[in-house]
Formats: sequence, C-alpha cells, structure tokens
Amino acid sequence: MLIFLSRSASRSLGAIKACWAFKGRKPGFSLQPTAFAKNAGAKGGKRLITLKRFIGFMEGKKKYFVGSIIMSSLAVLLSMVPPLIVKLVVDTILGKNPLEGPEALKRAIMGIGGIERLGEMLWICSLGILAATVLNGVCSFFKGRWTAQGAEDIAKRIKDDMYDRLQRMPYDYHVKAQTGDLIQRCTSDVETIRRFMASQMVEIFRILFIMVFSIIIMSSMSVKLTLVAVSLIPIVFAASLIVFKKVAKAFKETDEKEGELQTVLQENLSGVRVVKAFGRQAHEVLKFEEKNRDFRDLVIKLNNLMAWFWGLSDGICAMQIGAVLAVGVTLAISGEISLGTLMVFNTYTGMLIYPMRQLARIISELSRAGVSTVRVSEVLFAKLEEDMDGSEGVSLAGSIEFKNVDFWYDKGNPVLSGLSFKTEPGETIAILGGTGSGKSSLLHLLLRLYDLKSGEVFINGMELRTIKKKWLREKIGIVLQEPFLYSKTVMENIRMADSGASDGDIFESAKTACVHDVIKSFEKGYDTMVGEKGVTLSGGQKQRVAIARTLIKNSDILIFDDSLSAVDTETDSRIRAELRDRRKGVTTFIISQRITTLMEADRIFVMEKGKLSDSGTHEELIAREGLYSRIWSIQSMSGEDEKDLAEAL
Amino acid sequence: MDYEEQDYSKQLDIKLWVKILGILKMFKNEIIMLAVMMAALAGTDAIFPVLSKLAIDEFALKGSLDGYPWFIAAYAATVIWQAGCILLFIRSAGRLESKMVYEIRRRGFTKLQDLSFSYYDKTPVGWIMSRMTSDAQRIGDVIAWGSIDLFWAVAIIILVAVIMFFLDWRLALCVLSVFPALAVVSVYFQRQILKSHRVVRKFNSKITGAYNEGINGARTTKTLVREDKNFDEFAELSYSMKTASVRAATVSAVYLPIVMSLGSIAVGAVLWAGGVLIGQNLITFGTYSVFIQYAVQIFDPIQSLARVFSEFQSAQAAGERTLALLDTQSDIEDAPEVVEIYGDSINPKPENWPAIQGEIVFKDVFFKYKTGEKVLENFNLTVKAGEKIALVGETGAGKSTIVNLLCRFYEPTSGQVLIDGTDYTKRSQIWLQSNLGYVLQSPHLFSGTIADNIRYAKLDATDEEVEQAAKTVRADEFINRLEKGYKTEVGEGGGRLSTGQRQLVSFARAIIANPRIFVLDEATSSIDTETERLIQQAVDAVLEGRTSFIVAHRLSTIRSCDRILVISDGKIVEAGSHRQLMRKRGEYFNLYSNQFKEDQRSRILGDLAKPVEQNA
Repeated sequence: MLIFLSRSASRSLGAIKACWAFKGRKPGFSLQPTAFAKNAGAKGGKRLITLKRFIGFMEGKKKYFVGSIIMSSLAVLLSMVPPLIVKLVVDTILGKNPLEGPEALKRAIMGIGGIERLGEMLWICSLGILAATVLNGVCSFFKGRWTAQGAEDIAKRIKDDMYDRLQRMPYDYHVKAQTGDLIQRCTSDVETIRRFMASQMVEIFRILFIMVFSIIIMSSMSVKLTLVAVSLIPIVFAASLIVFKKVAKAFKETDEKEGELQTVLQENLSGVRVVKAFGRQAHEVLKFEEKNRDFRDLVIKLNNLMAWFWGLSDGICAMQIGAVLAVGVTLAISGEISLGTLMVFNTYTGMLIYPMRQLARIISELSRAGVSTVRVSEVLFAKLEEDMDGSEGVSLAGSIEFKNVDFWYDKGNPVLSGLSFKTEPGETIAILGGTGSGKSSLLHLLLRLYDLKSGEVFINGMELRTIKKKWLREKIGIVLQEPFLYSKTVMENIRMADSGASDGDIFESAKTACVHDVIKSFEKGYDTMVGEKGVTLSGGQKQRVAIARTLIKNSDILIFDDSLSAVDTETDSRIRAELRDRRKGVTTFIISQRITTLMEADRIFVMEKGKLSDSGTHEELIAREGLYSRIWSIQSMSGEDEKDLAEAL
Repeated sequence: MDYEEQDYSKQLDIKLWVKILGILKMFKNEIIMLAVMMAALAGTDAIFPVLSKLAIDEFALKGSLDGYPWFIAAYAATVIWQAGCILLFIRSAGRLESKMVYEIRRRGFTKLQDLSFSYYDKTPVGWIMSRMTSDAQRIGDVIAWGSIDLFWAVAIIILVAVIMFFLDWRLALCVLSVFPALAVVSVYFQRQILKSHRVVRKFNSKITGAYNEGINGARTTKTLVREDKNFDEFAELSYSMKTASVRAATVSAVYLPIVMSLGSIAVGAVLWAGGVLIGQNLITFGTYSVFIQYAVQIFDPIQSLARVFSEFQSAQAAGERTLALLDTQSDIEDAPEVVEIYGDSINPKPENWPAIQGEIVFKDVFFKYKTGEKVLENFNLTVKAGEKIALVGETGAGKSTIVNLLCRFYEPTSGQVLIDGTDYTKRSQIWLQSNLGYVLQSPHLFSGTIADNIRYAKLDATDEEVEQAAKTVRADEFINRLEKGYKTEVGEGGGRLSTGQRQLVSFARAIIANPRIFVLDEATSSIDTETERLIQQAVDAVLEGRTSFIVAHRLSTIRSCDRILVISDGKIVEAGSHRQLMRKRGEYFNLYSNQFKEDQRSRILGDLAKPVEQNA
C-alpha cells in the first residue's frame, strides 16, 4: 500500500529548515562555535564527553523516554496488525486457505466457533482493526505525551540552570560577556537539545522498530520477497544522508545571503536621512535589488536540488513497492505465497521504505545536537562566584578602613596601589578622580564585586573577607554609573531592592531622589512600564529611579558611583539635600566630577593613578595647588571672570 | 514590536488573500500550472491502488502472466510520471515562493524609499524589518505551498471518490461515511494546534527577553542581591512555557490517533461489507484491496485541507501588515507636473534641473508634527547665498525641525520655503536633495569600502575626486594609514571605524558633489576632543563658499559662522555673530560659558568621551 504523502508540509525548504536551529539566530550574532565545540564532532574522546553531558541532562527524566520508547514499540507493533487481519480475511475466511499463525490465534478462533463462524461474523475482524488502531493511538498518545513531558522538563531545567548560573557568574564575567552569544546558547542551543529529545531521539527508535518488526513478520511469510522488499533501502538511506548533509551546508549559505539582504535593508532604514539627503533612492533600490535577486536565486537553486531529491527518492520508494508487487504476483501465481501475503507485503514495504529518509535526516543532524550540548555545557560548567561562609546579620555601620590595598584587573596594570585610608562612622566622603584613577574600583572592592589582590579592608572592625558577600551587598547600597532598569513598572523597579517595601516607602524614596513628580507626570504614574514596552526614560530619570531603588532598602553604607552625572545641577543639589536629611549616620560615598556635588562632603578624596593624592574638606583643598583646585577654578568662573573666559576663547 | 501577540481569532478572510493575489497577479499562470501539476500528481497517487487491483485480479488470481511485461511497464511508467510530477511541483512551488517573496520585498523597498520622514517617525525600524523579512516570507510560503496542498487534496478526494463509485457504490459509501467526522475533527484540532503553538511562541519570546534582561542586568542584580527573586520569576516563566509546550504536544498527540481511529472505522466497514460482497461474488479481491487502501489513506488529504485553512488564517496577520506597508501613501509627493519636468527619485531628469545659487527664505512657516505637537509658528528667515548660519538652543527648541524643513524631509504645514526665490514644492525633491551636502553628528555609513561611502553622493566620481574630497576634510591622513587605504571595508554601519573617522568620511561624502547648500545636523553632544579637533578642521573646509546650516551642540564649532541664531520655542530669540552675542551676555553667552567649563573640567579629568546630557 502506498502512503499518500501530504504533498507540501514536509517538503518546502522552510519546513525543512524549521528543524534547523539557525532560524532563531540573528545575523550579527557570533556564529562561531568555540574551539571545543568545533572539535566536538571530530574527536572520539570529545564525543564521549559530549554524550555523557547529554545523558547527564536527562538525569531523573529517563523514565519518560524509556516509557515512550516502549510505547513506541507497542504502537509500531499494533500498526502491523490491521494488514494481518486483512490477510486473515482474504486468505482464510474468503480464500478458504488453512489458517496460519500462532496457536493462540487458532485457539481463539476455535473458541468463537471456527473459521466458518468468523466468516459469518466478519464484523469481529473489523472490530479487531478498530481495536488495534485505537490501541495504537493510545500508545502513540502516551509516547507523544511522555516524550514531551520529559523533553520539556529537561528543557526547563536547563533553562533554569542557565539563568541561575548566569546570575551567579562573577561580576567581571558580565563586564566581558558577549550578550548575543550567551543568549543564543540559552535559547537556540537549548532548543536544539530539546528538539532532539522531543522528537528525533524517539523517532530513531520508532523507525528501527518498524524495520525490525516488519522484517521479522515478512520473513516469516517469505524470505525471498522480504529480500526484494528491503533491496532499495540502502540506496534511499545513503542518498538521503548525502543530500541532507549537503543541504545543511547550503542553508548556511542562504543564511549568509539573507543576512546580507537584511543588512542592506537595515542600513537603508536606519540611514534613511542620508539616503534622502543625497537623493540616492534609485541607487539604494538597485543595491537592494541585487541582494534580493541573489537570495532568491540561491534559494531557487537549493530548492531545485531538493526537488530532484524528493522526486527521485519518491520514485525509488515507489519502485520498491512496484518490485514487491511484481515479484509477489509471480510468487502468488506459483503458489509460493498467498494473496493475503502479497497484500501484507505491499503495505509493509510502504511502511518501511518511506521513513528511511527521515532516519537519514536525523542522523545527519546528530552533530548539531552535539555542538549545542557542548555550548550549553560551557555555560553550565563555568566557574561561579564563590560565596564562602561568613558573618551575616552584623552591622556594617562604623568606620571603613583600607590598609595598603592593591588591585588590578590585568597583572602589570595596577589600578589601586598601596591605597590606605580610614573613614569615621557616618562620614560623607566625596571622591574626585579622572578616568582610570581607580575611584570606581575602590568602591567595587567594598562590595566584593571584585576581590582585592593584597592588603586589608575593615568595615566596622571586621575584615571584609569574613563577611558573607550576600550580606555585604544587602547592607551596602550602590547606584551604578549606568544603572539598569528592568522591564517592569516603575513601582516594581523601585521595589526590587526591598520586596517588603510599602507604596508609601516607595513614594518616600522617590521623593528623596526627586523623581516622584516626574513619575506622577507619566500617564500611568508608578504603573508605567519602563523600557521598550513603555516609556523611554532619559538618562537622568533612570539615574534617579535607580537612586530611589537603592534608597528603599536599609543600607549601612551608601555609594553613588557618579550616579548624578545625567541629572542637572539644580536637581543634583536638591537630591543631596534630601539625602542629608534622610540618611543621617550612614557612611556615604559620592563619586562625581562636579565640584558642586563634592564640595559639601565631610571629606573629599582626590584620586590619581590608583592612589589618594590628596584629601580634606573643600576649603582645605581649594587652598592648595592640585587637581581639585584646578577644577574648582574653572567651575567657579562666572560672568565676572570675563577676562579669563575671553582669553580662553 | 511584538506582533506575535496579536489576536488571531479572526475567521479566514478570503478577500484579503484575493487582494494579495491581485498584487501578485503576475504569478497567475504559475499558480494555474501548479494546480494542473498537482491534479496530475493526485492522478498517479489515486491510480497506484488500481494498479495493484490489476495485478491481483488479472494476474495473481488468474494465475497467468499473459501481458505481464506490459503491466510492469505501465507500473514503471506511472512511477516515473509520479516522480516527474513531484520533481516539477517542488521546483515550481519553490520558484513561485521565492519569486513572490522577492516581488513583495522589491515593491516594499521601493515604497520605503518614497515614504517621508513622518512615516519613519512613527514606525520603528524593527517593525518594518519584520514586514520585509519574516512576513514577506510567510506570505510566499503560505501561498505557494498552501496552494499545493489545497490543489492536491481537492484533486485526490475527487478522483478517489470517482474511482470508488465507478468500482462499487456501496463500498464507496462506506469510505465516505467517515468524511464529515474526519473533517470536523481535523478542522477543530488544526486550529487548536496552531493556537497552542502560538502560546508557546509567546512564552518563548518572553523567555528570550528574560535572558536578555538577566544578562544585561546581571551587575545591577548582584548589587541588589536579587538573584533568588529573579530566579523565581524566571522559573515561573519557564514553568508556564513548559506547561504550554506539553499542552501543545498533547493536542498533537491526541489528534492523530483520533483521526486514525476514525479512518479505521472506514477500513473496518470496508473489510466487513467487502467480505460480504466477495462472498456473494459481487466484487473481486482486487477491488477489495483497492477499497482497503483508499480507506486507510483517505484521512490524509482531509487533514491537509484542514491544515491549509488554518495556515492561511494564521498568516492573515502577516498579509494585512504587509499590505498596509505596500499601501502606505507618502506625505510628501511631487505633483505630477513637477515629476514630468524634473523626474522622481527613481527616474530623475537632471538635465532639466536649474542650478542652485543657495538663497533660502522661510516665509511665514508654520509647522506641526503629525502627533499634533506644534513646533514652528510664523517662522521667518532669509539666508543669503553663501551665508553660514548656526542654530543653537535647547533640545526640542525646533532647530532640527528648521533643518528638516529646509531639506524638505517635511513640508511646512503652511507658509513657504523658497530656494532662489522659488517655492521648493514647485521643484522635485530629488532636485533639492541632489544639491544638498548633509552630515549628521552620528554619521551613518553603509557597508562597503571607504571609497564607496565617499562616492555615495556622486556615484560617478573618479578616484581622484574621492581622494580630493577626503583631502579637503583631512580624512586622508587616517585613511592613508589604513592598510587598505580607500579600499578598507567599513563594516556594518561603519562599525569598524571610530566615530571620529566615520564623521570625517561623512564630511568627505557631503562635499564630493560640491553641493550649494550644506547642512550639519548635530544630534547629540558626545564627542571627544581628538574628534572635535579633526571635525573643526573639516567643518571649516566644508563651509567655504556654501550656504550652510549648522545645528550645534558643540558651540566651539560654530564660532566662525556669519550668523548664530539662538532658537527657543520655535522662535529666534537672539541672532548675531559670535562676538556680538558674547558681548550681549544673553542666552548664548550662558550656553557658551557653561559648555566651556564642562569641557575644561573634562579635559583635566581625562574623561573626555563621557556623554553629558543636558537637562535630564
């Protein structure tokens, strides 16, 4: 029996390609697998590791797959039954041949009252077909359901692990991380693994079961005809394997061409001013036309290859069935096989040969799952930030002392060298320094976002390393230079730092950060979504929301890492005044380049080249020659200093 | 844009597809060809069971091999015919798909070149990209491959029905009896499958978003000690995704067994009734086998039909959005009589263009954006040919609007812009824009070499001209230092060059065509001193002898302008040369001295590339 193949669904390039993980990959993302991943397919030992990793993913969920493989074998077995019932009807009931088959079947038929009686009650056979199909359906259902359950459970676990790991990577991992590549590992690579588990893995078994069962049943009826029935399988399989490997390569090529097309489009759209300003529309149309045409022609070429493949392989498959029919008829005439057997062979041959292409395709894609496994594992096994046991619940309100602290990111490039200072409890320290002076690093050390290389730091008398990192960050509030707001509402963003904060607390800290009125002026107020799906906040607004967020929690130490840079001077001073009233007794660090921001601090540190070059109050510092006084003199220039200004012009 | 989240519960809208096909009517013949091919293919598919009937009735049962070679030849011919049909239909469908996608993209792109800025103001680039890439693809895909399934399924159902009734009407009824149930179940489930997959996709894009945020916000997360809570939120999301995926898989896993069981009712019925008929010698064994085969397979075309309908339905949104793009009308269009004389952007007629002197007059200009925001009211300005004008003022004061009106990126809501005494709407856009030199502070380059980019403004420029232009703005220094010189690839968006280098290339590009009017539209103020020095030199070279407009944040770049206009709320509040305005100690003086201080401070602290946002 031929299987009507639904004519397109599986055959358009798009449908084939949907099974490749490329699709989600945007051009521009790094498509380079890591060196390890590249070799993964090549070396046996690495393959073994990859396989172990892959099996490791299935930990605890194997039962689903074992179950669905068993169900799959039952389903395949049951699908073999209806043709046999047809054979029974054709040969024994209608054809009056002696009953063949296992003893149990014979006894069962005797139980009904023999072949004669069964012939009168043909509906029993019909029911048999229905029952086999329904049971087959039930097994298929469980197969599908369990595979999905297992694959989705595993996919969820991998995704969760990835997310968790990414959050727990050391700080500098994220400073250097390539976002695009990481996201790809988390999404399309996990998807490749999921897809392999959800369909391909069990499908391999299903096809193998079909091969085994049908060949066993067929050869029990006629070895000769069985040999005919499998004769073209190797050809179909090998040809498919070659073609699908080639197609994978060709898809890469079309992806590149599509990327070029998208680049032209993207550049045209983002450069629309330039295009129009130079009146280059015609030129752009030609440029796009070229890429558009190239892409079209390449896809057509690839599609033509596939057309030949499907055409020829379908032809071979039909030939296989034809061969069975042709030889089967002669065997039937010579009495070697019965008519029913011929019909069974006709059906089984179709069931057997068509899935061969699918099998070849899955095998050609195995390496893809391997590469993805490696890429995912690289994230899952990357080194995490360690947080040893340490004190928790201790108060950090007290003095802070740096003793001879050295720090660098790259050896040989000292960022802080021999830094020492001590602050009084509750003091406000302002820090002035140029790029690379180490001012931010100094404060990052305090939160242990990085660990110092030598020297000691004491907070409230406790050595920094004896305090749990989590607790440190809990009690030290920091506003980063470029604060990140989450795509949640403004309210939720502020509440992030303290999930127990009441709305009142949130309004309060927003007022302190001088952003309450701004938020109120939004259409949806505090329920305004931040980011792409909501309003785009200006740099200054972002900074102020971030300040409000930091203020909401009860910190012992507060750090403003140049976090007022995008706020205008007036608001800046208002915020500082509010802070002074509110955060009495909290040690505060303020990094800024604006003298007006710095000048009211209890003490000002001037940092140059990783060292404290000067410190003192505003009055002290302006009284002596140095970086601070130089900046001050510019800052304080006013209309009256017209002469200076005129000179400068 | 999350177009994925649109509502899809709409019914199939045939009109929409007719309209889309109308646009693509050039493919009419190919679609008809496809229909013919699919009918031919359905013919062979329907005939194979009949061939096995022949084998059984004429040879196996008669026990004679008379004419057997003929039978084998006929069978082989049918196989070859079928294979040929398959080869051809895949070829043609693929070709049709590619050509349609190509055509939609071609038209879309040409349309996009025509649309005015007001369109780009309100339409995100990402939205347009999706229409031109995935939506165009989807339409081509659905039309080409969907019609394949449609034609084939209809043809095979008809053919099989005809053959069945020809062979035996009673058994035919047995097979057809399950049709209604099959159809209902298929339509219902195909819809459910699509819907459940849509839910999965929605969660999937949310998860991607969550990763994005998790990675970009990782540092902030650390400082807020939010790891656990973020993880809980993520786990909730991934749980929803899992549930949705399992649900989608379950729907599919239920569907096929039901369809197959329904099919097996037909098989059972044929087996029973056929057996009885054989017993009465009313049909042959061959006929019996034909019916069994048909009964086993007939659910497939019905399933295909159901799928095609739900796919057309789900691609509807893509169709609507793409049509919307293709149907958009540009706000700024040249009058037909203008196009007649001067040509349009695709077919310019430069031979008819009058030369530009460069005198510009804004006469009683009113302008408001589509969003309703009024920017200019009764704006008047006369600029002599060759004069250098600078526009300064706060963000949103209307500086860029004035320049955009000048470039005719927008047209005045009322009033006129006169160039050399003629209202510019009486000339074509391409005429004006071909005479413009235009530089943005954040320069936009195209992929290609440096030379390609400079030549952008004058496509037929010789290498000497390119080099001369680069020399004029002193871009040659850095270009010559590059290994490949003018042949250096600038990368996507010019990404392989520094901002300063990109800027210089864009200056060279702006002057190579020797434009009479020059516009320097500074968008932001982030720039380092090194770049500033280079650019200052370039600006001076560029302005020489041209009517020029500079929208400036960096006030140091405009000191040599003939006239500086301080704009506030769409009005000119101060005007004069740098010296005059400094002496006046008004708005300009304040702006200038503040910026001067910022600069000095940054210089000392070495934090030169730091963006300073005005007025948060």
